[in-house]
Amino acid sequence: MSTPTSEAVRPAKRPNILARIGALGPLLGLILLAILATSLNSDFASISNVSNVLTRAAFTGIIAVGMTFVIVSGGIDLSVGSLAALTAGSMILIMNSLIPTLGSGTSTILVGMLIALAIGALAGLAHGTLIARGRIEPFIVTLGTLGLFRSVLTYLSNGGAISLNDTLSEKYSPVYYGSVLGVPIPILVFALVALLGGLLLNRTRYGRYVQAIGSNEQVARYAAIDVTRIKILTYVLLGVCVAIATILYVPRLGSASPSTGLLWELEAIAAVIIGGTALKGGSGRIWGTVVGAILLVTIENVLNLTNLFSVYLNAAVQGVVIIIVAFLQRGRRT
Amino acid sequence: MSKQFSIGMAALAAITLGMTAAGQSTPLVIGVSIPSATHGWTGGVVYHANEAAKDLAKKYPNARFIIKTANSPSEQANQIQDLYTVNKINTLVILPFESAPLTRPVANLKKQGVYTVVVDRGLTDTSAQDAYVAGDNPGFGKVAAQFMGKQMGGKGNVVILRGLPTVIDNQRVDSFEAAMKTQYPNVKILDKKFGNWNRDDAFKVMQDYLTRYPKIDAVWASDDDMAVGVLKAIQQAKRTDIKFVLGGAGMKDMIKRVMDGDKMIPADVTYPPAMIADAMRLATAARSKGQKMPASTIIPSVLVTKANAKQFYYPNSPF
Repeated sequence: MSTPTSEAVRPAKRPNILARIGALGPLLGLILLAILATSLNSDFASISNVSNVLTRAAFTGIIAVGMTFVIVSGGIDLSVGSLAALTAGSMILIMNSLIPTLGSGTSTILVGMLIALAIGALAGLAHGTLIARGRIEPFIVTLGTLGLFRSVLTYLSNGGAISLNDTLSEKYSPVYYGSVLGVPIPILVFALVALLGGLLLNRTRYGRYVQAIGSNEQVARYAAIDVTRIKILTYVLLGVCVAIATILYVPRLGSASPSTGLLWELEAIAAVIIGGTALKGGSGRIWGTVVGAILLVTIENVLNLTNLFSVYLNAAVQGVVIIIVAFLQRGRRT
Repeated sequence: MSKQFSIGMAALAAITLGMTAAGQSTPLVIGVSIPSATHGWTGGVVYHANEAAKDLAKKYPNARFIIKTANSPSEQANQIQDLYTVNKINTLVILPFESAPLTRPVANLKKQGVYTVVVDRGLTDTSAQDAYVAGDNPGFGKVAAQFMGKQMGGKGNVVILRGLPTVIDNQRVDSFEAAMKTQYPNVKILDKKFGNWNRDDAFKVMQDYLTRYPKIDAVWASDDDMAVGVLKAIQQAKRTDIKFVLGGAGMKDMIKRVMDGDKMIPADVTYPPAMIADAMRLATAARSKGQKMPASTIIPSVLVTKANAKQFYYPNSPF
């Protein structure tokens, strides 16, 4: 305590540099993994493989962007995988039933997309209202709907699959399989959602409020922030993100079944946390989430492209990589 | 109330009439316990169980069926206890969620005098069951390997998609590889990875196979749900080297494609969810005469081709 000045200055400086390096943790992890993968199998770096990986990352990635808002505000949503399945199923059923009146063309597909967005937004509204107004723990509310959404889908599908009409499926397929200037559409949508999410979180008043609520809800209330409304909006935003992901997902296989979207909630939450958002809320970054989502898919891809480990150990490898990445970015928490 | 009363009266009558008539006049109360419809195949199981119950109730007016579906092994264990204490079943047909956790509960019921018929997944202690009805998992792999080897003219590259890491999957894959090795040694198995009996996972695994191997002649998707994902991945990559995909289980869409002569889906191998219905039929037939069932009934895995596909097509089933 003889040199109080230096004591006071150091902690202010050190975390700054460390945080900068730490913040790059997920990106460093991804780059390391990519180098390793390329050395194991040169096909990893091929354009078609990279586009496969990014396209796959788009689903949970888009959801994870919405999830970032919810987690930053101090909440959580466990139901996104079930919601995606229910949305996909309902959307397909409604589109199929519209064929006699609207025909199997673009208008039916557009109506289907709007319905998906409506379902997502309504589910988010219900979550947000129960959580913010009803004052029930987000964990409990969304644990409840996790089971609810999936069992409604299972009921609708009779336990089998709900399949999109063939001609409609043909018409709709470019939304997943098509590309603009060589870039697959899901990747473009993912980039757009991430960009908008980043702007919303870091450059708007709404984004600042979300962060304020996450770091201290009580203080945010005293600062005259409409906490209830902002919180509800984060869930609506997430619901819309789920709907966007589902709209891209449906044309991939043209069907929904009770195993659709299984464990997406954990992937989305993992992407957010790997990306450097604190699980307890308060701060987060969208680009980190994007890297996190890509990283998760890349691990799987690398395991499929190589025979390094016994297939029984896939989950173990994924776990180890996730923990290493979390370690690389731990500087941020100090 | 009145139903229970009449059952009670019937039981009383049976007792007063003495042991000789007991076999005929005791009403047969059959509890059917199955996993709930959480994916295609179990969806089919639920459908076939309900259909069989309707059908059998007409044929055997003395028999009553109570069908329960469970979401987890523990729920199923509670259910069969309720079936015994509340519904007073005297015969249980069960497709266990998992083998080990259901073994004790089933053994318990048997000890209390319930006739127990176990379907598909064997218990860890076979003395807990009176009869066992199952699909032929090693046969499933063998039939698939034989068809593929023949179709490929005895040579070429195959990739395998496995299901979930379970005993069933191991039996299938081991027997596939063994049959291929002995009968078609020039067919090369490039790799086998888990697609978890899931369309999405199969799509991803197949995408990666396509990136990794420039020449694949055929795919053993080992399941019809996975075959759906595999076909989409091939279509997306616009690959023409793959001549066909062989699934399995007997999903109606795939059987339809076989019927229609789809070149990519020349055949299918059955592992019918209808085996629950077979088990219920066998149990009802034997028990209504007071007889025992054979200790073990194996329903063979059959190769479905264009010639016989019609027999395996259930357009109303969800699976």
